[in-house]
Amino acid sequence: MMPIVIAADVRKTFGSVLALDSVSIEIAAGQVLCIVGPSGSGKSTLLRCINQLERIDSGAIWVDGELVGYRRIGHKLYELTDAEISRQRLTSGMVFQRFNLFQHMTVLENIIEGPMTVQKRRRSEVIEEAMALLERVGLSAKRDAYPSELSGGQQQRVAIARALAMKPKLMLFDEPTSALDPELVGEVLAVMRDLARSGMTMIVVTHELGFAREVANEVVFMDRGAIVERGSPQEVLMHPKQQRTRDFIAAVLA
Amino acid sequence: MSSTTASSSTGMAKTERFDPSIAHLTHVPRRHYGRWIASALILAAFAYVVKAFAEGQIDWAVVGQFFTAQSIISGLGNTIIMTACAMALGIGLGVLFAIMVMSPNPVLKAVAVFYIWFFRGTPLLLQLLIWFNLALVFPRIGIPGLFEARMVDVMTPFMATLLGLGINQGAYTAEVVRSGILSVDAGQTEAAKAIGMTRLTTLRRIVLPQAMRVIIPPVGNEVISMVKLTSIASVIGFAEVLRNAQTIYFANARVIELLIVSAGWYLIIVTILSIAQHFLERYFAKGSGRRSRRVTRPVVEG
Repeated sequence: MMPIVIAADVRKTFGSVLALDSVSIEIAAGQVLCIVGPSGSGKSTLLRCINQLERIDSGAIWVDGELVGYRRIGHKLYELTDAEISRQRLTSGMVFQRFNLFQHMTVLENIIEGPMTVQKRRRSEVIEEAMALLERVGLSAKRDAYPSELSGGQQQRVAIARALAMKPKLMLFDEPTSALDPELVGEVLAVMRDLARSGMTMIVVTHELGFAREVANEVVFMDRGAIVERGSPQEVLMHPKQQRTRDFIAAVLA
Repeated sequence: MSSTTASSSTGMAKTERFDPSIAHLTHVPRRHYGRWIASALILAAFAYVVKAFAEGQIDWAVVGQFFTAQSIISGLGNTIIMTACAMALGIGLGVLFAIMVMSPNPVLKAVAVFYIWFFRGTPLLLQLLIWFNLALVFPRIGIPGLFEARMVDVMTPFMATLLGLGINQGAYTAEVVRSGILSVDAGQTEAAKAIGMTRLTTLRRIVLPQAMRVIIPPVGNEVISMVKLTSIASVIGFAEVLRNAQTIYFANARVIELLIVSAGWYLIIVTILSIAQHFLERYFAKGSGRRSRRVTRPVVEG
């Protein structure tokens, strides 16, 4: 079966900083991939390139069998239009470190905004699904609250529901628990665990090694814009082969 | 014993020594004698001014008589209509040019930068005169084959005022809208993109509604300024309230009385607008911390 995400020789620079240095990776549908690594290692950038929040300098990414951001004509890749890129983004849902809930909308409005405005679906049907999603993340009672009235953990669970409302084939998590108070991390991880169990394909950039060990099918360790080591959670987190991986794990656990 | 000597030696002897028995004493707020004196002086000055106006050469009966004169009321109507039209044009252009200035398209950006530079860089009165006298340069206006008209017929005082005030306002509003857009966290745009919104949908649904909270107060200010700026159109013969007051005092020589009539009406409109602005600001604050805290204040059960 063809992998749902394939990245081939992806290179990305920010000015003079090399964020991704010929990164190649693929992930099969239904798998949970955790990306770990020190800050500035390029793990978030890789995630953002998959969702086209960043444009890659060279290389190619395929999501669900479709070349991302470009159309191949002959020996050249032509950049897609804004509308085409927006359509491609529908394949994946994204959860951000800082939640990024729409501040002027209630919880319910946040969730139905995409299905209604982008997918133009019927309101009654969308609301029904949104309520089911809120139920799933345990926040049915908060449907009419504004984001500023919720805790960080609650906001992140709403953000997950908002992404799921678009019915993506793939979920991208960019350090979803890094901005949370320690006592709120558990509730978000619980929702993600539930999602993984339901068979959702997930790429998770995280510092939660416990979560990675428990939920991931595969773990990738990145450093300085490159993949240093990849393998099962057992291999990478318990018996790392590379010194850099060992140092990182020791630093996180310290 | 040692504590008293220590505190006096460090200059903190004024602090009351620890004595739990004074905890029941009544607290007396600080007295602000300066405020009482200032209030008295200001009241006296105000009374003097009021007395001067009351005894001065002003015929208050004339003020009352002309306050609701037909010509003044129709001028007032024109002032209000012009404020609304020019402001609508200004806000429309402002949003358009703010988006153009921030566009990745260099052509659009250059056009918008030029627009803002030109219309902020020349006096409004001069712009009004240019619009009004446009017929000197372009006697006829039209799209060949479609329609054609004489410029003097098109460029009425109303039209010249609308274009002058509206386009000038647009240049200022563009900057206000731009700062409003910049005030919205970039994460909001990213989240909107992530659920598949295009650039324009993101602006319309996510960024602009949140930018409104920052945009409304200065635009409200500008609406108020616009009410008064319309009076400048009296120089090209637009029949707004000041122009009509002038027409009357040219005939009856009651200059100050009619100026007071105009001033009164401007104050009334501005007061109403200030109240409207207050409610508008409250509406667009929805979801922001300040308002929501009040909404969700937990009910104390007892």
